[in-house]
Amino acid sequence: MTEPTNRRDTLKCLGVGAGTLFTLQGGVFSAFDLAEARQDMGTPLFLQISDTHIGFNKDANPDVVGTLNRTIDLVNAMPAQPGLVLHTGDVSHLSKASEFDTASQLLARLKVSELHVVPGEHDVTDGPGVEFFARFGKPSNNRGYYSFDSHGVHFIALVNVMNFKPNGLGGLGDEQMAWLKDDLAGRSASQPMVVFAHMPLWTIYQPWGWGTGEGDEIAALLRRFGSVTVLNGHIHQIVQKVEGNILFHTARSTAYPQPQAGSGPGPGPLVVPADQLPGMLGITAAMAEKRMLSLTDTTLS
Amino acid sequence: MKHGLFAPVLLLAAMLSASGAHAADLMVVMKNFDYSPMEVTIAPGTTVTWKNLDGEPHTIASRDGLFRSPALDQNDTFQFKFDTPGVYKYVCSIHPKMMATITVTGK
Repeated sequence: MTEPTNRRDTLKCLGVGAGTLFTLQGGVFSAFDLAEARQDMGTPLFLQISDTHIGFNKDANPDVVGTLNRTIDLVNAMPAQPGLVLHTGDVSHLSKASEFDTASQLLARLKVSELHVVPGEHDVTDGPGVEFFARFGKPSNNRGYYSFDSHGVHFIALVNVMNFKPNGLGGLGDEQMAWLKDDLAGRSASQPMVVFAHMPLWTIYQPWGWGTGEGDEIAALLRRFGSVTVLNGHIHQIVQKVEGNILFHTARSTAYPQPQAGSGPGPGPLVVPADQLPGMLGITAAMAEKRMLSLTDTTLS
Repeated sequence: MKHGLFAPVLLLAAMLSASGAHAADLMVVMKNFDYSPMEVTIAPGTTVTWKNLDGEPHTIASRDGLFRSPALDQNDTFQFKFDTPGVYKYVCSIHPKMMATITVTGK
């Protein structure tokens, strides 16, 4: 590969030529082809990695360590490093200590040192999530949900995989909902918000549990803010929706794709031809400029 | 090998479900995000073996907390012996829409 001469070329080298750049400014949503994107987009505010599923070894991807390594190489090769990385859960496949150990070793290769992780249901299959919280529980005092500010943006980490609703949707539970209301109370409507959790915070497909029981209530709490980005994983594919000033976006997995909603018997791993797999795995980058936040999805192809 | 095992297992489960008289092993499989059989009646002392045939992990978690498996990968199994009569409802803690019941009859 020749040395990239400018940012646009760099992005093309990373394989995002066919991507779409989404911007949200003053509540007006617009999409550009990435080839038309400005070259001086600046430093990414953060990156989202999701559903690394370390421990998975079936046909859909026998080498999830390899694809996570490629993802990390891709991030480390970015000319401007993001301020932080969000991992939206399913770090491990079976909540095993050895899987978390491998994942932690791999993620430690990221040049970006600030990593925020929320659990997926695969990370807490023991119930309390002992292994997950032993490694990632510190920022939240082992609750899993917490908030922090970075570059003027308010980030909120939520856990919706430990209080499932009877109909299969994810749930926050009363305690976390009360905390969320309290966390948002009194905040300026002009502060950009980034909310991240594992399962989609809006209902994409109820029969497969692709949603969160308190989704409408959460959206109502966020509606007064001028710029809200809601990021999730879980479904291993990009699905996006805009509602007022709220942009909902699910990320690809770095491990394996899943079928589209309702296609086949259930949301299990989707086996695709090996040459198609890299194009179905990837990450999401968020750029921030003043009050604008834009998302760019990058695949491993 | 998988197919060879699957049919006899279901047959065994169906037979036990119909008779429910003797304490013998019972197999429940997880396939296409469902337990099969979903409802079964067994005699006290029966050991139930669950086997996951899906590429996605599943668990067996009783509503009352009596038994709970770790995440079972494809072809992994979990066993529990039911000694006490009662109705035992359980779910997959990863996919809580997967629900099933085991009824243990009185002597």
